[in-house]
Amino acid sequence: MNTQPVLEPWIDGRHVWRGRTPRVSSGAQLPTGWAALDDILPGGGWPAAALTEILLPLDGVGELRLLWPSLAHLSQQGPVVLIAPPYALLAPAWHAAGVSLDSLQVIRPHVGNERSLDKSDRQALWAAEQCLRSGACRAVVCWPQWADDRALRRLQVAAESGQCPGFLFRSIQAAHNPSPAALRLQLHVRPAEVQVLKCRGGWAGQRLRLV
Amino acid sequence: MEWACIGLPQLALDKRQREMENPAQPLALLTGPIQRRVLHAVNVAAQGFGLSMGMPLASAQALCPQVQLHPFDPVTTEQLRQRIAAWAYRFSAQVSTDFSEAVVLEIGRSRRLFGEWPELQARLRDELQAWGITHRLCAAPYPTAAHVLAMAGDEFDGWGVDASRLQAALGCLPVHRAGLDAASVLSLQRLGLRQLRQVFDLPRDGLARRTSPQVLLQLDRMRGLLPTPVRYYHPLEQFDARIEFDAEVESHLALAFPLRRLIDDLALFLSARDGGAQQLSLYLDHEGRPQTHVEVGLLSPERDSARLFELARTRLERAECPAPVRGLRLRVTHLPPFVPGTHDLFDNRSQQTLTWPQLRERLRARLGDASVQGVGLRAEHRPELATLPHVPSKVVAPPEQARPAWLLSAPIPLRERVVQIVSGPERIESGWWDGADVRRDYYRVETAAGQQAWVFCAPGERGPYMLHGWFA
Repeated sequence: MNTQPVLEPWIDGRHVWRGRTPRVSSGAQLPTGWAALDDILPGGGWPAAALTEILLPLDGVGELRLLWPSLAHLSQQGPVVLIAPPYALLAPAWHAAGVSLDSLQVIRPHVGNERSLDKSDRQALWAAEQCLRSGACRAVVCWPQWADDRALRRLQVAAESGQCPGFLFRSIQAAHNPSPAALRLQLHVRPAEVQVLKCRGGWAGQRLRLV
Repeated sequence: MEWACIGLPQLALDKRQREMENPAQPLALLTGPIQRRVLHAVNVAAQGFGLSMGMPLASAQALCPQVQLHPFDPVTTEQLRQRIAAWAYRFSAQVSTDFSEAVVLEIGRSRRLFGEWPELQARLRDELQAWGITHRLCAAPYPTAAHVLAMAGDEFDGWGVDASRLQAALGCLPVHRAGLDAASVLSLQRLGLRQLRQVFDLPRDGLARRTSPQVLLQLDRMRGLLPTPVRYYHPLEQFDARIEFDAEVESHLALAFPLRRLIDDLALFLSARDGGAQQLSLYLDHEGRPQTHVEVGLLSPERDSARLFELARTRLERAECPAPVRGLRLRVTHLPPFVPGTHDLFDNRSQQTLTWPQLRERLRARLGDASVQGVGLRAEHRPELATLPHVPSKVVAPPEQARPAWLLSAPIPLRERVVQIVSGPERIESGWWDGADVRRDYYRVETAAGQQAWVFCAPGERGPYMLHGWFA
């Protein structure tokens, strides 16, 4: 009796942990653009319908360099939404990275009204959830100032139901808190490395250098 | 059966009941001078308490203390009748509001589209019921005949009479229910005539001598012996409706119900006009203060009532009210043509998906108009001005030098220690013509913490550095 067709959706959906063969054969849905990173991620790229957390010690340590190749690819297909970015965008740099500016949308919840930080944070998470759930966006990138487990779980569920990849940039202080995200990466500055903190269906703990 | 009549026997009550959250409550409308108020109309619940039309106010309050009393308002009742006519305009191009307490429409030519009378009748009934309008429906070859049948009473409700049986059908109507004036009815009854059949049998010249000319005219028109002049209804160019509250409303939750009513009416109006709404004006009335104006703008015309309601409600939630609300008015003046979105038959994305314009509307409604922006290039050397909040109309070549992804809104002194200058200097000197003159040497540096910063200093100097962006 052949059990393969029954198991396949589970394996492809990264619900089954297979100790020795992390690489899923079904092909990359969303290559990161970094061959070394693709090699260690199951599925050969970002989880296509789940949340990815990227933890940073500081701003300006190559976090966008990590994401730009995939954003460049996704922005050719449809809207890519940036929610509550920490600074103003400088369009020439994004253009030079290959991102199609026509499909780039920036959402800043606190523009135009004097609301408290807490409120604008919740608005940012709400906007992220709406965008992920809607299925209208190719990718959602969010910089929440604050997010608890409940909020992250909502985002993860929204990403699954909207079939949309979500990227969260958070501070390194969140590394010790558990998170429902399918993939958690931590950026190190010296040496400039990426560390896999958690990876659904793959191995955690690996460090690699991005060149 | 060329004409249908929608009889509206208790429109004023329906209007009030639609605005009540619990229609099962006893309700009565008052009329008459202040000193002698009498009941103009009572709903079913109030009838159960023994209230009836024409009863003095004091006895009504004695019989049923919890009855809700409102003054009868002929103006708003007429407005509702006009809206019913607008709705009926979907079924026929010839709709008339000439007949009292009714809307008459031509159905003979709509038969191919909407089916025979029983089918059309079922559809009209469903929609009127959903609307909460008490109605009687009758069809006849002539507008006056349809009107007379519809107004004659509940036992004639739903009749569809064709030309061959019209005489017989009209014949069984009692004389006092045939839409004749009271004096003529009395004189006919004194002649011993109880039903219209007996009146039809009388010799015409004798009848002309005994009754007023209007009676003869009415009898001829209902039998089609004389044509009925009908003025046709023309749909309005704009939508304007208002709901007044009995009590002061202080929370936006309580506004959701009347808002939904207004938006539902608007959606009906829009589908009748085959238009969409792009700009909704909501006015909140306050006691003794100027009204609050909430503008709901959409990027593209929309007709779906659920979506319009969601957008209007989120806007209303954000609005700041100086005082409790006494009334809500919805006004739409411009009706741009509505182009429905196209969907793929074999669309494989999940059920609840939205398109990007719909999602953008939702975000803008909750977060504010300026919160969702695009990104565009601008041919400008000064970094502060190189980014546009929208996509530019013409293609612009970006600068060749490397630029950071993030730009600080205002430059700040660089606090971190600089370990290494990665590249630079790059002189940016521009803007002498518009007053925002800039003359700076930009460097890309690495800080002690390992960040890649974009800094500048005065031309020809080496520090102190001002931080202007991050290479991320």
